[in-house]
Amino acid sequence: MTQTTTNPDNADLPPVQVKSSWSFLRGHMREYGILFALIAIMAFFQVATGGILLKPVNLTNLILQNSYIIIMAIGMLLIIVAGHIDLSVGSVMGFVGALAAVMIVNFDIPYLLAGIICLFAGAVIGMAQGFWVAYFKIPSFIVTLAGMLVFKGLTLWLLAGQSVGPFPGQFQLIASGFIPDLIGSGKPNVFSLAIGVVVASIILLLAVRSRSEAAKTGSVEEPFVFFAAKNGLIFLALIYLSYLMANFRGLPNVFIVMALLIAVYSFVTSRTTIGRRIYAIGGNEKAAMLSGINAPRLTFLTFANMGVLAALAGLVFAARLNTATPKAGAGFELDVIAAVFIGGASMAGGVGTVVGAVIGAFIMGVMNNGMSILGIGIDWQQCIKGLVLLAAVIFDVMNKRKA
Amino acid sequence: MATLLEMRGITKEFPGVKALDRVSLSVEEGEIHALVGENGAGKSTLMKVLSGVYPHGSYTGDIVYDGEVQSFGGIRDSEAMGIIIIHQELALVPLLSVAENIYLGNERATKGIMDWRATRAGAARLLARVGLKEHPDTLVDALGLGKQQLVEIAKALSKDVRLLILDEPTSSLNETDSAKLLDLLLEFKRQGVTSILISHKLNEISKVADTITVIRDGAAVSRLDCRTGISEGDIIRDMVGRSLDDRYPPKVDTTTPEVAMRVQNWCVTHPLHSDRQVVKDVSFHVNKGEVLGIAGLMGAGRTELAMSLFGRSYGSHITGEVQINGTAADLSTVRRAINAGLAYATEDRKTYGLVLDDTIRRNVPLANLSGVSDGMVVNREREAEVAARYRTRLNIKSSSIEQETVNLSGGNQQKVVLSKWLFADPDVLILDEPTRGIDVGAKYEIYTVIRDLAAAGKAIVVISSEMPELLGITDRIYVMNEGRFVGEMPTADASQEKIMATIIRSGDRT
Repeated sequence: MTQTTTNPDNADLPPVQVKSSWSFLRGHMREYGILFALIAIMAFFQVATGGILLKPVNLTNLILQNSYIIIMAIGMLLIIVAGHIDLSVGSVMGFVGALAAVMIVNFDIPYLLAGIICLFAGAVIGMAQGFWVAYFKIPSFIVTLAGMLVFKGLTLWLLAGQSVGPFPGQFQLIASGFIPDLIGSGKPNVFSLAIGVVVASIILLLAVRSRSEAAKTGSVEEPFVFFAAKNGLIFLALIYLSYLMANFRGLPNVFIVMALLIAVYSFVTSRTTIGRRIYAIGGNEKAAMLSGINAPRLTFLTFANMGVLAALAGLVFAARLNTATPKAGAGFELDVIAAVFIGGASMAGGVGTVVGAVIGAFIMGVMNNGMSILGIGIDWQQCIKGLVLLAAVIFDVMNKRKA
Repeated sequence: MATLLEMRGITKEFPGVKALDRVSLSVEEGEIHALVGENGAGKSTLMKVLSGVYPHGSYTGDIVYDGEVQSFGGIRDSEAMGIIIIHQELALVPLLSVAENIYLGNERATKGIMDWRATRAGAARLLARVGLKEHPDTLVDALGLGKQQLVEIAKALSKDVRLLILDEPTSSLNETDSAKLLDLLLEFKRQGVTSILISHKLNEISKVADTITVIRDGAAVSRLDCRTGISEGDIIRDMVGRSLDDRYPPKVDTTTPEVAMRVQNWCVTHPLHSDRQVVKDVSFHVNKGEVLGIAGLMGAGRTELAMSLFGRSYGSHITGEVQINGTAADLSTVRRAINAGLAYATEDRKTYGLVLDDTIRRNVPLANLSGVSDGMVVNREREAEVAARYRTRLNIKSSSIEQETVNLSGGNQQKVVLSKWLFADPDVLILDEPTRGIDVGAKYEIYTVIRDLAAAGKAIVVISSEMPELLGITDRIYVMNEGRFVGEMPTADASQEKIMATIIRSGDRT
């Protein structure tokens, strides 16, 4: 007779739905809160800037400006979920940009080869730091603080204190190119719009499928209204954004790279055994190790991965500025880390999502962009960003305490 | 002699558990009063009530001290009245000096400026009182455990102590240090300090105590006066004497003659102190279908034995051989141990057992992710199905498999840990204190699972400090004390007195 009470029954939905929607919303405020925050901030600046924010040119710029932060935030998310931190990413990014510049501009190495060497260098740098963190239990804060100084220094040395550039046009396309319009005439970029529609449809389809899968095992928690509203909104927003960008020059190349990274890493973190294990070691390393999980190796790999992504961001940034400067990347680690925490990750590890980190990065990006348009000085911009970070984390902690 | 302390009808409840049930305790001025009872009987809880760790209002009953009813709001209040408690885990800061530690929180200072001369002089005086010849500037880190214990006592003396409470002060001390500490207690008694001594070691108690209160299952069961002559047998009987009734599922011996795991000459050294052997030349075996018990007091080395077997998760210089199902087993990492068919469910489920922020669904397959994956990709449908199956089978009370384990009760958390290891499908399952801090109902369910597993041909090793539990669910018992296996008996022939006697005799021998 206890059997019947323990089996969840999802046939009794209609009468309690409204109430359960509310309690569901309250229980999942952390996940929805950040999305609401982004929408609210975008709406605010859209109005405050008189519609400039979502103009196709500005939207495209917004994405280009934040691409390298987002790329690094994805790697940082894994590091933070695993219970660590990486302060060196800004310096590593600058260093790799300098390396690329020296190789391509000074030594005429083909940009493709140089790019591969740079990514490889990033991996080696990540491994070098991860080695001490994972196998010698040196706190990651200290190892990467050291790394930050070292690579800042090496960047200066590599560039001999000067800016090096410009890059060949082909290389610049990484950051400033747009995908060609294979269907229409290019104005608007029909191909970009088509990609947007297809991707939005795929996301919608996947969401529907995973919900029906969950329904089979009776583990559906999200009320249907929410499910429909959330996914409908994402679907429409994606199409609208691609429509906006198609009206300018289409989807930037970086956008495609970013979207692929987000998709792949979302999948890795939520669906693969490796992802599951990274969350487990961050949540409780001792329990994970006693469950047969090789925590040191996974930690090592997350740092190696971070190195590669920082290198990629370095290439994108150098290509965008069209020069490598000794100052490149300075302070970026803070933006990246802030994005991940705004996105709901926990300092203690074990909690956080790729999508959350990306939204966190966009919140920072939209605020930067919107405040600049409004002509707010860099002084107040910094203050406001700092307070937003604090508020986001306070909100998170309060929510957790309530639950 | 006047009564210094009287605790009347103290009742303290935690969610789901009644830790103390109308306990009364009466301590005379100037005596050494011993408080004995099994692990978890409620001794420490009672002392926490007395010292104000659990403040007035969080319990019911009265504390009468020095002739007046007291309502302590915190440790500071009780300390102000001269009640000082020294906990089992020492509360010293290792990298501060002895003098700094003695006056920590109670600094010799004027207007916030440290008076180092008074600090050192005072510390030197107190150290002399406890018989320590160390310089007050020595770092606590540099002292052995016995001397650290004395520093704790010196710290207590610095606060004008009238009632000194020692929670198992000798549990980590060697013979000489223990004797020195007990002599010191007798010396304090001559100086008029009253002491309450919590201890398992009956020989120590009979050496120094004037009266004894025995606590069992959260209730004071007897008050014995040592001056009229009592035997250790009396104390043991009062400590353990409870009926087994039907708190255990019916026992059907399913032991087969086939050996599932055989461990030979297993030795483990402490990971930090290379001169301290924690497990000494242990050999044992467990058969398929058998529930084997390992009895012993806390600190006997049982957990260390289990964790060193399970992928060398504890200790250094591990030597010995293990065979599982007749072939030599490679247990050098946790992964290999799991693959060899061994599983270990920890005694501390929150620290070592669960990823608390994660859901039941994500915790259950953690030790066997490949069982719910297609290659590298987790099959969520199969994962949910597995979690739901174990949730039903073990009757894990939760809103759904999506509930985070941090919000489950202790019993249900333990069931999640068990599910994890059941899903890993081991041949030999070691359960370390499987029912610690769990209510009676959930205990019964876990015992049933254990018996079912044995009936299915698994070998189960249960480590427990609760002797009735071992007697209730095991088929055979080994007794462990100070790193050695000191006795083996079929459960049918065992009794709590017999186990306790085996432990105490082996302790006397060394």
